[in-house]
Amino acid sequence: MCSLEKRGRLFILKLTGDGEHRLNPTLLDSIRSTINKIRSDQSSSQSVLITTSDGKFFSNGYDLALAETNPSLSVLMDVKLRSLVADLISLPMPTIAAVTGHASAAGCILAMSHDYVLMRSDRGFLYMSELNIELKVPAWFMAVIRAKIGSPAARRDVMLTAAKVTAEKGVEMGIVDSAYGSAAETVEAAVRLGEEIVMRGGDGHVYGKMRETLFREVLVHTIGFDETGSSGVRNTGSKL
Amino acid sequence: MCTLEKRGDLFLLTLTGDGEHRFHPDTIATILSLLDQAKSQSKRGSVLITTGHGKFFSNGFDLAWAQTAGSKTGAANRLHQMVESFKPVVAALLDLPMPTIAALNGHAAAAGLILALSHDYVFMRKDRGVLYMSEVDIGLSMPEYFSALVRAKIGTSAARRELLLSGKKIRGEEAVGLGIVDAAGYDSAESVVEATVRLGEKLAAKKWSGEVYASIRKSLYPELCGILGVEARVFATPKL
Repeated sequence: MCSLEKRGRLFILKLTGDGEHRLNPTLLDSIRSTINKIRSDQSSSQSVLITTSDGKFFSNGYDLALAETNPSLSVLMDVKLRSLVADLISLPMPTIAAVTGHASAAGCILAMSHDYVLMRSDRGFLYMSELNIELKVPAWFMAVIRAKIGSPAARRDVMLTAAKVTAEKGVEMGIVDSAYGSAAETVEAAVRLGEEIVMRGGDGHVYGKMRETLFREVLVHTIGFDETGSSGVRNTGSKL
Repeated sequence: MCTLEKRGDLFLLTLTGDGEHRFHPDTIATILSLLDQAKSQSKRGSVLITTGHGKFFSNGFDLAWAQTAGSKTGAANRLHQMVESFKPVVAALLDLPMPTIAALNGHAAAAGLILALSHDYVFMRKDRGVLYMSEVDIGLSMPEYFSALVRAKIGTSAARRELLLSGKKIRGEEAVGLGIVDAAGYDSAESVVEATVRLGEKLAAKKWSGEVYASIRKSLYPELCGILGVEARVFATPKL
């Protein structure tokens, strides 16, 4: 489902196996519990998270086949992904998505919920497929889109043409930070970036709080961050 | 003053005649009824292209008509009437169940520019025609929904400043650079229209559901929708 590796100060979370890594309740629980493990690790406030995947897909989105057999599961998947994204936003360490395969719909939202998006340019695309497959776009997805894509034209292209965004196009549109020739190179670059960030030092707890204020609108939409600015997210033991 | 034609999948809305295509309450009512017609005839693959004849796309509200009210209060009331009655035009375009493209044959000023910006895509000429928000020059206050539309469609603070605060007459190339229009590489009114027809045909070929398209479009502009009272509608067979 999901593996965790520690490389020096870097946590590498990998969506394992050759499948589509559809965000069904089981995988979402697995990712979330891995994030909890990372959060409670001793060194967590001086670390970096890298999220990547095996195979052709980063994640192809929610498990729609499952949702069709049981509509209440679609609500459950949405609730679980919201919590996961809120967790990522409050995580007391920088986060890097090493996108080594297709990221569609909810899978694309997951990738974009990281601070840095590094992506392979030889294959794969970011794809908000909803217009093409007539899927409802939750309002909180749009909060992520607005938070992470600055240009109105780029948002329009992503949402209203269901563009299949390659890494290079993603860099142009300001969605992807940098593009690499292969999956291996992308992960290597993520590791290098992670190590650079660790070297800069700094307190992950402060970083996490800053990131929460930056993405306040997303937190409001995912977990109902309250108006006083205090978050419903667990106390990270911050000194602030 | 204004016609609606069907060309295959494409609806062509034209502001006719050689004048300034100023918006008088009657013009506004006509535009609204033609948009309503397009909406009622819409099907998968429909696209709207709006253009004009002559030197002007539109030079904005009919201020001369406002002046003939005979008193300052009378003029202010007439202007207010036009501002209020134009809101449904912007709302109708936001809500239209098909992609929309503005093909600027000439100058677009004030409410005329707002009409253009209410479309999903805006193409203009390179050789002729300017974009001009004249309000700062003629001492007119900016309706709230005008500013909200500018904020929704134009991303950078510099571009918003150039458009709203500088009283600048912005030509094609600069408009593309500022991210106000999508393309301006055209040397005649005919070639702008041709380019929009080509884009229109590409979009039409996708055969998107108009209801889904409009729903996603509205979710891109929540602030504007709020001000215009445009509701995001849940569509008939929501998946997930």
